[in-house]
Amino acid sequence: MAKWGMVIDLNKCTGCGECVTACKVELNVPVVGPEESAKGRTLLCMDILSTYEGEFPDVKMRTLPRPCFHCEHPPCIKVCPVRATYINDEGIVAQIYPQCIGCRYCQVACPYTVKYFNWTKPEWPEERGAALNPDVSVRPEGVVEKCTFCVHRLQKAKEQVAVEGRELREGDYVPACVESCPTKAMYFGDLDNPKHMVSQLKKSHRAFRLMEDLGTEPKVYYLSEVE
Amino acid sequence: MSERQHSTFEDEQLIRPIEQTGPGFYLMVAVLVGVIAFAGYTYIRQILFGLGVTGLAQPVSWGFYIINFVFFIGISHAGTLISAILRLSKAEWRRPITRMAEVITAIVLAIGGLHPILDLGRPDRMLHLFTEGRLQSPLLWDVTSITAYFAASTVYLYLPMIPDIAILRDRGTRPRWLYEFLAWGWRGTEHQKKVLERAINILMVMVIPIAISVHTVISFIFSMTIQPGWHSTIFGPYFVVGAIFSGIAALLIVMIAFRKAFDLGKYLKLIHFQYLSTLLLIMSFLWFYFTFAEYLTGFYGHEPNEMRVFLYKFTGDYAPWFWMMGICNFLIPVVILVNPKTKKIPGILIASISVVIGMWLERLIVVVPSLANPRLPYPTGIYIPSLTEWSLFAGGVAVFVLAFMLFAKLFPLISIWEIQEGREKSVHAVAERLKSYLPDPPSEQLLSEELGNRR
Repeated sequence: MAKWGMVIDLNKCTGCGECVTACKVELNVPVVGPEESAKGRTLLCMDILSTYEGEFPDVKMRTLPRPCFHCEHPPCIKVCPVRATYINDEGIVAQIYPQCIGCRYCQVACPYTVKYFNWTKPEWPEERGAALNPDVSVRPEGVVEKCTFCVHRLQKAKEQVAVEGRELREGDYVPACVESCPTKAMYFGDLDNPKHMVSQLKKSHRAFRLMEDLGTEPKVYYLSEVE
Repeated sequence: MSERQHSTFEDEQLIRPIEQTGPGFYLMVAVLVGVIAFAGYTYIRQILFGLGVTGLAQPVSWGFYIINFVFFIGISHAGTLISAILRLSKAEWRRPITRMAEVITAIVLAIGGLHPILDLGRPDRMLHLFTEGRLQSPLLWDVTSITAYFAASTVYLYLPMIPDIAILRDRGTRPRWLYEFLAWGWRGTEHQKKVLERAINILMVMVIPIAISVHTVISFIFSMTIQPGWHSTIFGPYFVVGAIFSGIAALLIVMIAFRKAFDLGKYLKLIHFQYLSTLLLIMSFLWFYFTFAEYLTGFYGHEPNEMRVFLYKFTGDYAPWFWMMGICNFLIPVVILVNPKTKKIPGILIASISVVIGMWLERLIVVVPSLANPRLPYPTGIYIPSLTEWSLFAGGVAVFVLAFMLFAKLFPLISIWEIQEGREKSVHAVAERLKSYLPDPPSEQLLSEELGNRR
């Protein structure tokens, strides 16, 4: 069974935010508008975190694209009272929207804070209305949602290869954020398959994962910056 | 028979509020119903528009509802636990107190237990907890132990009420059908008394571990996660201590209020308040000890994430609430209650109110700061509850007051038969018990042997 994972090369990442936009469009993530956003209710299944190091004028800004890390031992699924979030055989941590009761326990338990709650009825700018992605269900208000590694693309890819009568190849299944990255800073593939780029990159001496000490074993690796 | 009628007459005062109702009662009910109706309106609004009408957001996605859930359930430890412990330890001064304590438990538990539902994004899917429930989730542990506690504490409230309900039935108090039904054919025979006593004895032992499990499990909601400020082994006992602490304070407030309203000074004497407030004082020290142990460990370890939450409480945005909590839970009650001059009813009332406020703040300080300081560098605002949350909080308190008043209108707030039993049997029983504590007097044989030796 494949273990899908991601590698993000921080040396190549410019922090442009293309992955964030691609994600919002692909996953039908609601646009909450400036008022709600100011209250802290923006939904971002993919986000770019920025930190500032040093004092002015000697300042360095660092950016860090942050999807869900699809932990091997996810703290969120442990606490769910209704089995609305679970990890599948291929390592993808998913949310069952019609099952979720909206208690937000998973959101609170996630050490990376990657889960988002639909505080209001989902809305999109009018221009967007007819152009929702038909492959992704629209969430009602009152449920938690998250990055899915674009698992619907995996389903499509599997159907495609079944029709073509071949095995799944690297590149058949890639999430929207990885696909959209203009500097090719993101890699995606099977972490257990030695032929895939990601399984080679994760062994790089630059590779690290966030908060490895927590024992969650994230499946998203970063390649640290080099001067 | 004549003796029984005589003593019923003696405690006539306890039944009077049930048979006579003043205008103040209706006014109070009207006000409370108004508050509850407004809370109902805001809740319906919340259902229609989603949780967006609250002040909750990312990353502080738990707020007032969870705080009040923990707070109300904490208050519920007043009753059953305290009354069970007092009954078990044969504290004679418990007699006029236990009923009120048990009523608080039953009402507050119902209110607190419903709070997580207010917090749900999809209350319409609540039944998933039963059809799809995962027993691995601490939330399910809560559902289990709170329902167990509610069942046990309502039975524990009801059973000792049966003889009193029978008194009301025999007097023909209205509504007759209610008392007839609830008295359950009580005639006061020796057999019935024996069965009742036995049932109460079993329940009071059973209820103690259940009560302790309830607040332990509530603390587990927080401590089972790996979030800084929550992931602490001390949380179970810390929450239980806090719960008993706030419970005693709430009980004292209720006792003082009804002593005034129903003129119960004859039954609730200063000594009852002083004994109970001594317990409050002990719990205050215990609370301080736990708080100190909890924060010193976090501070000494100096783990960066832990320290962010720590500083948020000690010097950051939540510092005013944190220090107010310390003043309300420790400084005020201790200063008032260690001084015999201020350990009178007004002083005890001030101390109790301050403890209830302080314990609410403690719940606030447990829930919000850990959420407001996520590990990764997210933009974080400050959590400001909206009108919806405030009105539902007020509604919860109003439901409590209203339910308590209605109870007091239907049933005696002080257990009549236990007071009578105290009058008739306790003095003798206590004297016997005291005798059994004392060293045995030398027996005849020993005496004669001693005399023989001397010869």
